[in-house]
Amino acid sequence: MKPRVVKDFTYPRTKEELPFGPGSQAGVLVEVNSGWRTFKPVLDHEKCINCLRCWLLCPDGVISKENGQLEFDFDYCKGCGICAYECPKKAIVMVKEGAE
Amino acid sequence: MSAIELRNENKKFLSGDEAVAEGVKLCRPDVIAAYPITPQTVIVEKLSEFVASKEMDCQYLHVESEHSAMAASMGASMMGSRTFTATSSQGLLYMCEMLHYVSGSRFPIVMVNANRTVAAPWNIFGDHRDSLSQRDSGWMQVYVENGQEALDMVIQSYKIAENQSVSTPIMINLDGFVLTHTYELVSIPEQNQVDEFLPPYSTTNKFDFENPKSLCFTASPEWQTEFRYQQYEAMENAKKVIQEVDKEFSQVFGRTYGGMVEEYHCSDADYILVAMGSVAGTAKIVVDKLRKQGKKVGLVKLRFYRPFPKEYFKKLGKKAKAVGVIDRDISFGYEGAVYSDVKAALFSQGADVKTINFIAGISGRDITKEFLAEMYSQLEAIGNGDKVEEIQFTGLRWK
Amino acid sequence: MVSVKNLPDKELFYGHKACQGCGAAIVARLAMKILGERTCVALPASCISSVTTIYPQMSFFVNNMTSSFPATGAVLSGMAAAVKAQGLKEVNVLGLAGDGGTIDIGIQALSGAIERGDDFLYICYDNEAYMNTGIQRSGLTPYGAWTTTTPTNNNDIGEKKFKKNLFEILIAHRIPYAATANVAYPNDLLKKLEKAKGIRGPKVLHILAPCPTGWGYKTEETIEIGRLAVQTGLWYLAEYENNEVTLNYRPKDFKPVKEYLAKQKRFRHLKDADFQVIEEHRDEEWKILERHLRKDEE
Repeated sequence: MKPRVVKDFTYPRTKEELPFGPGSQAGVLVEVNSGWRTFKPVLDHEKCINCLRCWLLCPDGVISKENGQLEFDFDYCKGCGICAYECPKKAIVMVKEGAE
Repeated sequence: MSAIELRNENKKFLSGDEAVAEGVKLCRPDVIAAYPITPQTVIVEKLSEFVASKEMDCQYLHVESEHSAMAASMGASMMGSRTFTATSSQGLLYMCEMLHYVSGSRFPIVMVNANRTVAAPWNIFGDHRDSLSQRDSGWMQVYVENGQEALDMVIQSYKIAENQSVSTPIMINLDGFVLTHTYELVSIPEQNQVDEFLPPYSTTNKFDFENPKSLCFTASPEWQTEFRYQQYEAMENAKKVIQEVDKEFSQVFGRTYGGMVEEYHCSDADYILVAMGSVAGTAKIVVDKLRKQGKKVGLVKLRFYRPFPKEYFKKLGKKAKAVGVIDRDISFGYEGAVYSDVKAALFSQGADVKTINFIAGISGRDITKEFLAEMYSQLEAIGNGDKVEEIQFTGLRWK
Repeated sequence: MVSVKNLPDKELFYGHKACQGCGAAIVARLAMKILGERTCVALPASCISSVTTIYPQMSFFVNNMTSSFPATGAVLSGMAAAVKAQGLKEVNVLGLAGDGGTIDIGIQALSGAIERGDDFLYICYDNEAYMNTGIQRSGLTPYGAWTTTTPTNNNDIGEKKFKKNLFEILIAHRIPYAATANVAYPNDLLKKLEKAKGIRGPKVLHILAPCPTGWGYKTEETIEIGRLAVQTGLWYLAEYENNEVTLNYRPKDFKPVKEYLAKQKRFRHLKDADFQVIEEHRDEEWKILERHLRKDEE
C-alpha cells in the first residue's frame, strides 16, 4: 500500500496547533502530484513478465507489486516515462493523458 | 582568601575557563563538540581531561571547525541529547550560520563564548564585539562577572534553555583573559544537588522512532511569520523563567544573581552606569568609594542582553537623572549596541533622563577605576545641565 | 542477498516534488528501501531537501532534518555521537547530499567526520551541478559542460576543469568503505547500500544521478544516460574496502564518449576535438584507477 494523501488535512488554526519549532510528523502528504503528468503509463499485463525493473527504477515509487500484478499510483505518477523506456518487454506504453 | 575557605573541600582555586568546565561536568552533557580557540581553550582542554579520566561519561567530538562544532551539537540535540560547546571571537563568527539554524530549530544548546575582539586589527584580547554581532541570531545571551557566576550560570543556563516554554539556545559570555584566565576561589556545588536541580534533558523536539519527525523543515512565506512569532514568544517567556531559575538556584545553592539584571545601589541613585561582564566588579568598588563621598551613584549589571530587560529600563528612566552605558564595542555609523537598546527602553515612556555612551575596554584595554570614576563625573556633569559629548571613547589617546 | 524480489513495497520516500525522471530521487528511494525505518536522515540544502520538506508536505517517512549547506558531515557526527551516548541500537544515520554540498562547501565537514570514524552512511548523489538553484557549476561538473555559470559561445566550451575525483579523496582518508555507483546499475547500487549498512564507521557512496532538467535530455532517458556514462568509461563502478579497490564492472571496449555527450544539451556545443580531450582525460583517470586495483573481479 502506497502512502495516501491526507484528505482531511487541516492547516493550523491557532498557535497551539502550529508545530513546535519547524518540526512535524514525518511522512505527511497533503497534495498529489498527478497534475504534473502529460503522459501516463499503461501496462499490458499480458506482456508483463513481472521482472520489476519498472518498480525498481521509478523515481517516484508509484508502482506497487504487492497485489501480484503491478499497479500504478496515479496520484503520484508524474509521467516521466522511465518505466516504459526501461521495460524489456515493451509492456508499458506512454499514452497522452485523457486519450486512452 | 582565608585559610578557612581553602580548607573547605567544595572550593577550588580556578580560572574562569576551569570553573566553566567544572560546571559543565556537573550538568552531565551527553555530547560535547568543540574546536579550540584562545581564550576558550582551557575549557575544552579541561573537558577533554574529564572525559579521558572517565570523570565525565560523555561523547567528545574533536570537530574540524566551529561551524562543525555547532552543526554536530545540533545533530546531537535533535537526537535528544544534552550538548555543550564553547568558542570565541572568530570562531563564533565562523559558526554564525549554525547559530541561526539552532535557534530557529529550537534546540537548547548551551555554549560558552570567551569574549574576544574580532579581527581586524587582529588581537586575542577581550571585548564584546564577537557576541554583540550575534544579537539577532536568536540565542539568549548572558554576561557574567566572575568565575563563580560562570560556573553557576552553566547550571542555570541548561535549566533555562531546556524549559519547554523557552527551548532556545543560550550563550554564556565570559570576558576573555580577565575572566577566562584569572584565578579565584570557586565554590563547586554537590553533584547530587545539581542532579536534583537539573533533571536529564527531556523534549518532544527530537527524532522519535515510534513517530518519526521532520525537523527544521522549510516554511514558506505563508508560515514563516508564525514560526518567528513562536521564537519571539519563547524569548518573552524566558524573561520569567530566568527569574524563576535564579530564585530556585539561590534556594538550593545559596547564591543569587538577580536574573535579568543585578542592581548595585540603584534604589536612590541619580547617576547610574550600565555595564556587562567583568567590569561590573570594578564598577562596584568605584560605586562604594563614591558613595562614601556622598555621591548618589549606582550600577546596573546588565546580565541578559537577550532577552533584553526592557521593562526594567522603562522604570529606571523615571527615577535616574543620568544613565551611562559602557559598550565594549561600537556599531560603526551609530553608537554602542547596548547603549541603543538601553536608551530606547529608557525613553520609551517619555522619561527625562540624560544619557552618555562610553566606548571602553576595547580589545582588552583595561577599564580602570579612574576611568569609571570619570564616567560618573561625566554623568554628574550632564545631570547638572553641562554640555557633554554623547559618545565618548574612554582612554582614547587623541582625536 | 538483496534483490528486487525481496525489497519491501513500502515506500519511505514518497510524494516528493522532484522533477520528472529525477535520478537523485531514484537514489533516495532505493537508499530508504535498504536502510529502512530506523534511519535518521540529514539533508543539507540540496535538490532532495527542497523537494521533500516544505511544510506541510513531508516526503520522508523516517526521521529527517534539513540542515545547512556545509554541515552534513558534522551533523552526522553529532547524530552518531548521540546514538552512542544514548545507547540506541540498530539506528542508521544517513546523510544525503548533492555534488556541490559534498565536494565544494561540504568537503571539510565530510573529511572531518570520516577522520573521526563516526558511524554513518553518506550518499553523494551527483547530478554534476547546483541544480536546485538553477544549474550552476560545481567541482563535480564535467569538462565541457554548459551551466548557467559556465556559459558557452563560439570561443568557450563552458566548464574548463575536469571533475574532482571524490573516490580518490575518500581513499586518501582510508575510510572503512567507499564506492561509486550509478542509478543505471540498480543491482550494483543495492548491493553497495546493503554492504555499507553492515559496516560500522564512516561509509560514503558517490552515485551518478542524471538530471533531465539540468543536462537536457528526455525524462525517460535517465537510466539510458547513466548507462552510457559507464559504457563510455566516463563513470566507473568501484569499491574501496580493506585498503583495496575493486572494479565492479569493466566495459569490454569503451563506447565513443560522443554517444553519451551528444545526447545531452549541456554538451551539444562540443566538437570532435573536445571529445578527444575528454577521451584522453578518461584514459588517464582509468590509468590511475588501474594502479589502485589489486584484483579485478572480472
